[in-house]
Amino acid sequence: MEYQRILVVLPHPDDECFGISGTLAKHIAAGTQVTYACLTLGERARNMGNPPFANRITLPQIRRGELEQSCQAIGIQDLRLMGFHDKTLEFEDQDLLDLKIGELLAELDPSLVITFFPGFAVHPDHDATGAAVVRTIGKLQPAARPPVHCLAFSHNHRESIGEPDVFVDVSGFLKQKIASILSHRSQFYVPQLFEKNPHKNREVQERFGTERFWTYKFA
Amino acid sequence: MLPIQTVEIQNRLDSLKDQDLYIHLELTTGAYAAHNDSTKHPAANFITNALVRYGIGSISGNGPYRVGLKMDKGWIYAEGLTHYDETDAERLIMAGHDSSGKLVVALQLSREPF
Ligand SMILES: [Zn+2]
Repeated sequence: MEYQRILVVLPHPDDECFGISGTLAKHIAAGTQVTYACLTLGERARNMGNPPFANRITLPQIRRGELEQSCQAIGIQDLRLMGFHDKTLEFEDQDLLDLKIGELLAELDPSLVITFFPGFAVHPDHDATGAAVVRTIGKLQPAARPPVHCLAFSHNHRESIGEPDVFVDVSGFLKQKIASILSHRSQFYVPQLFEKNPHKNREVQERFGTERFWTYKFA
Repeated sequence: MLPIQTVEIQNRLDSLKDQDLYIHLELTTGAYAAHNDSTKHPAANFITNALVRYGIGSISGNGPYRVGLKMDKGWIYAEGLTHYDETDAERLIMAGHDSSGKLVVALQLSREPF
């Protein structure tokens, strides 16, 4: 199924790389326009490179650069930095969050929205982001709601929300996905990806070759 | 970031005493601590841009290091500091990183807000 425009709403630079970069690259190759609204700069992350090359002062700009590089690797045409602060989204003014997301929906009229599954995404910012997205879309008339594909990875998620219902084979887009992961060099070190032609490595293909989503069901 | 040199830090602490300063003080196990290991208790705190003033400030230990700042009516304390930003002449930026490079603790002092 092809989408004209996808809106991705995630709180941290790097939230895109493991779970959806392949899916986005695949849609983009088929002509989809992608807007990625990244709510914070991940300025409270603990990873600073090893040995550390970032600190609390320099990290926001370093992560911004890494995010831009990742978007370029994936082919994302439109990156929006939303200016919220890492770790604070669950305490943020909900009306303000919903307003910002509502403005994006009105401007872009996306045919698909991708975010975290609220309650099943481990980090409080992930859950708060997903909650704001489904809250805002839930206020629209049912016919006006774009489908929402969610990422979930908390330990308890399968008991509550079952198996994912969207599987995307991204084995043809591992180069883009690996480049996206490697962009976030202050955050991740995946030894396998530094080998020669990592996209041809069987283990890498098995670990990264399929992306999974849950379609959010509005009450 | 460079490994802490105590003489350099002590000089900077001395030059920042007896004046209003903005502080960033933080301790964190990371949001994924319990997700990765259920025996771990996740905890974190930070305070940013509180205004403080100390009369005595010193660094001690053999690394990781401790810093104590004595204020008129209380104390500021941080343990586990390993690195500082040698390129930032105006502000004192210190952090403690664990063996995998992850930030565990941060103590920063500045005459201007962060
Ligand atoms: Zn995240």
